[in-house]
Amino acid sequence: MTLNIWVFIEQDEGVIEESSLGILSRAREVAEEKGGHVTGVLLGSNVAGEASRIGKYGAHKVIVVEDPILAYYHSEAYAQVMESLIKERDPDILLASATRNGRDLLGRLAVIFKTGLQAHVIHFEVDREGYLVGHVPGFGGNIVAVVKNVKGRPQMATVALGVFRAQELWGEAEVEILQGRLDPSKFKVRRVEVVRRGAVDISKSKRVVVAGMGTGGDLKLTSELAKLLGADIGVTRPLADIGAAPRDIQIGSTGVSLKADLALVLGASGAPHFVSGIRDVKTVIAVNKDPEAPMLEYSDYYAVGDLFEILPRLIEKLKR
Amino acid sequence: MLRNIIVTMKVTPKPEEIVFDPVTKTVDRSKASNEINPADKNALETALQLKDKYGGKVIVVSMGPPFWEPFIKLAIAMGADDAILISDRALAGSDTLPTSLALAKAISKIGDYDIILTGEESSDGGTGQVPPGIAAWLGIPHVTFASQIEMMEKGRARVKRTIKGGYEILEVETPFLASIELGCNTPRFPDFRRKRWAEREFKLKVWTLADLGLSPEEVGFKGSATTVETLIERKPPERLKRKITGPPEDIAEELARILKSLI
Ligand SMILES: Cc1cc2nc3c(=O)[nH]c(=O)nc-3n(C[C@H](O)[C@H](O)[C@H](O)COP(=O)(O)OP(=O)(O)OC[C@H]3O[C@@H](n4cnc5c(N)ncnc54)[C@H](O)[C@@H]3O)c2cc1C
Ligand SMILES: Nc1ncnc2c1ncn2[C@@H]1O[C@H](COP(=O)(O)O)[C@@H](O)[C@H]1O
Repeated sequence: MTLNIWVFIEQDEGVIEESSLGILSRAREVAEEKGGHVTGVLLGSNVAGEASRIGKYGAHKVIVVEDPILAYYHSEAYAQVMESLIKERDPDILLASATRNGRDLLGRLAVIFKTGLQAHVIHFEVDREGYLVGHVPGFGGNIVAVVKNVKGRPQMATVALGVFRAQELWGEAEVEILQGRLDPSKFKVRRVEVVRRGAVDISKSKRVVVAGMGTGGDLKLTSELAKLLGADIGVTRPLADIGAAPRDIQIGSTGVSLKADLALVLGASGAPHFVSGIRDVKTVIAVNKDPEAPMLEYSDYYAVGDLFEILPRLIEKLKR
Repeated sequence: MLRNIIVTMKVTPKPEEIVFDPVTKTVDRSKASNEINPADKNALETALQLKDKYGGKVIVVSMGPPFWEPFIKLAIAMGADDAILISDRALAGSDTLPTSLALAKAISKIGDYDIILTGEESSDGGTGQVPPGIAAWLGIPHVTFASQIEMMEKGRARVKRTIKGGYEILEVETPFLASIELGCNTPRFPDFRRKRWAEREFKLKVWTLADLGLSPEEVGFKGSATTVETLIERKPPERLKRKITGPPEDIAEELARILKSLI
């Protein structure tokens, strides 16, 4: 029996979410080990052209469903299409990226199919009996539960962002194109407006200056410092909450995980949900007026003092 | 006038106070202090604001052990009209499938609802799976990561949802479920007199499985679709932890030196 793994390929207005491609590559590795078959499922409008190139990331096959409503994520339309596809084809496993949309979709599908769903796994494999086993971080990321799906099909998991690299190791995928034929008048949710500032992706930045609440929400010093260091800017969650910075540059368990060489963290206390986002940073330097904040534990260098006194001087010295 | 506004709420240990025992491979929550799950406080605040503007009754639903009662009373003190605690030993070990089922059953039993509000995710499990799960059991639409809700003409609402790079505004028909973004508002403080009243006189309704028409096989370990094989501690990487102290000028000098050596 071949193991039939599906990966939901997320896209928005034709732009493919890169984390989906990383999952494809990992799924292909698992499939090759277990004797399985990987299918990418791509819902969208005029996206068929993208489909065959997905093969190189690990998909044997790509199922494309085209419909104008599917151009961007729509919870009802996407769930309906996925439900009928799954009912018709009966895959063993369904994976999606743990983006807002991926979690939204699989959260609903898991109940529709009364099946297990693992949340934002940082690793997954398939055991000898064909069960999906995933590593699920909890409590802000310091404790990981090894979770096994024991009931229901398809077995589901969302995969944490940025844990698997998209690898271009394989060839062209077989492409099957289906028409959605959705009736928009049937849906109870309708998008009436969309506002985009243009998402900045700091997950791959080499250097990041991170502003915490200690900055008071004013990013002037942070920006100046970032410019001098050739770094990007990130923030802790409360700064995004108060609107001082876009959500996309928020670091932590509900934001971005950094892979940087250097993070300079200004006025952040070092809460578990935050520090899970800087664990892969090579060198962490913090500035905090509290000599004993938890952030000390997570820093290589920890400057004790008022950032409003230290940073202007630091900026002067870096300019020289 | 809105009909019932239902808020799901759980109680979570503070993550920084959780202790992991590497020998028994268990999580010790007993030393951690508990709090209302932060995002659920934002959901409750959203519900209370909706009530202030459009009327309705705010009802809190919680599935957990009896020791959650004082936290639920805190929600009453903040302004919720009523609360139900689903509590039954058979529920222990429930993953998100039976959890969303039990909550959906309780919500159906309360009935007469226009809006169900949850937190975007819980601070311990953090799956965010329960909200769309509840909506699926109830067969109603859902919007996740909502930060604002406004009612329009009869039976419709405008919901602001965070998306990559910005937000979208969705129009949704009632009844619907929305998961509320953590930190999107400032939860009000409990009213002092209401707090005293809640502590002394408010009678929390406790529902068991039988009250929900569920059998023990449908919930708990048996009703779950996932099992936890083991727990692993994922220690943060060891850091140098070198403190730099002194007058600001000296600290700046030292930081500049370190930074220059790194870039
Ligand atoms: C489910 C859940 C998910 C979460 N996800 C995230 C997440 O992804 N990312 C995230 O960041 N948070 C997240 N949080 C919030 C997290 O728990 C903390 O509340 C948050 O990280 C604190 O941010 P902060 O360190 O900027 O602010 P604070 O905790 O308020 O710390 C401010 C620090 O600045 C210092 N300071 C103040 N003034 C100065 C000054 N003048 N000079 C120098 N230092 C100064 C203080 O000593 C203090 O240590 C989450 C919480 C929950 C419940
Ligand atoms: N046991 C529970 N009782 C009440 N509400 C819950 C429970 N578990 C989850 N929820 C709700 O679902 C949201 C998301 O939780 P989770 O899916 O566990 O991350 C929480 O913010 C709560 O509003």
